[in-house]
Amino acid sequence: MRNCRKISLLGALMLLLAGCRQDMHDQPRFKPLAESDFYADLRSARTPVEGTVARGQLHEDTYFYTGKIGNNPGDFMPFPVTEEVLARGRERFDIFCAPCHSRLGDGNGFVPSRGFPRKPPSYHSERLRKAPLGYFFDVISNGFGIMPDYASQIPARDRWCIIAYVRALQLSQNATMADVPSGEKVPSELPRFEEPGSGATLPVVEPKSANSAPEEPK
Amino acid sequence: MQIFHRSTNTISRATIFGAVFVVAALFWVAATVQRSPYVTYAGVARPQPAPFSHQHHVAGLGIDCRYCHTSVETSSFAGIPPTKTCMNCHSQIWTNAAMLEPVRESYRSGKSLVWNRVNDLPDFVYFNHSIHINKGVGCNTCHGPVDRMPLMYNYASLQMEWCLDCHRAPEKYLRPREQVFNMRYQEPSSSQPVLVDGQPYTDQLSLGMDLVKKYKLRTATDIMSCSTCHR
Repeated sequence: MRNCRKISLLGALMLLLAGCRQDMHDQPRFKPLAESDFYADLRSARTPVEGTVARGQLHEDTYFYTGKIGNNPGDFMPFPVTEEVLARGRERFDIFCAPCHSRLGDGNGFVPSRGFPRKPPSYHSERLRKAPLGYFFDVISNGFGIMPDYASQIPARDRWCIIAYVRALQLSQNATMADVPSGEKVPSELPRFEEPGSGATLPVVEPKSANSAPEEPK
Repeated sequence: MQIFHRSTNTISRATIFGAVFVVAALFWVAATVQRSPYVTYAGVARPQPAPFSHQHHVAGLGIDCRYCHTSVETSSFAGIPPTKTCMNCHSQIWTNAAMLEPVRESYRSGKSLVWNRVNDLPDFVYFNHSIHINKGVGCNTCHGPVDRMPLMYNYASLQMEWCLDCHRAPEKYLRPREQVFNMRYQEPSSSQPVLVDGQPYTDQLSLGMDLVKKYKLRTATDIMSCSTCHR
């Protein structure tokens, strides 16, 4: 009788403990960027073997991927600039460039103000307003001065979108009254921020009415 | 001859009746423990090689989620930034901070920083970030107020019932795509309507219903089928 109870208790315990196994939760396969004890550098994510080209990575269009013709930066967009291109450029600019260059492109971004040895230059200087588009592409792809390269963070097409938007910023900051379409008021209303201090917070634009509602901020 | 006292009748009746409650209580305890942070780790900050503060970087500096998590819109995996992304700024700022020594050491030696995974789904679940982002599920819908997390923790239980809560009725949570990365997005209310294509919405359900149509979500039956997540 005693033994019987012991055995059944042990059985129940085993059943309970069997529920604790995590084999199905943690399967022996690699999740992205997971650790591997197979390779010396402990990385499961491997770089392609030298000399191989991954699908879609054969960069035949050299201007699209370098912004250069020969050794000189070119000054044209590799694809037509549409409203979508500019909207994409604005979105990507605000993500990747604005922390340092500010949303205006004047170099007064928030991060450098926290103690960078020097501020990034303003896009609205004579030098950068005259710089060819390919020059910007080269700087984004390879870095310049203390600015690191953004090649791994921004795909080539997005870099071009950003450049188109930077040109638009430059035009906007050097616009004259002659550039204002007739019937538009200047200055336009400033967007209102609900609470200061969070750049991640988008400006809240009050809807005026259902019909003349302003466009949602992107 | 009477072996048992007559009170035994009452005691045995009470225990038989009480056993129902005892068993029910056991089930309740088991269910509660299973959903508690003791099992799910929800709200529990994990130790990390460097005490990275999302609060400081997101709310304090205004850096967008996608600056570091670059593949979140196009891939199943949001992407953990390489050490170089940290050094984009930290080669210039806080260059002597002891807190950042593991980061600099990783950059010098080329050895990866080993971050502890916080939001870890079981391996038998197929999950894709990009589809959620592109259908209008906000980052903080699942990840919680990351911009107020000095140390990272998982906000949700990540249990199946939690996934299904949204898969059953996605209209309860959807927001316009351009608001997905806005950490301070507020659901539409009569005092703060949300605009989509110029139309103001004042309640979440009507907004969600229209977004389900606009973003061409599969039907609830489709996204609740087993093989949507277990493939």
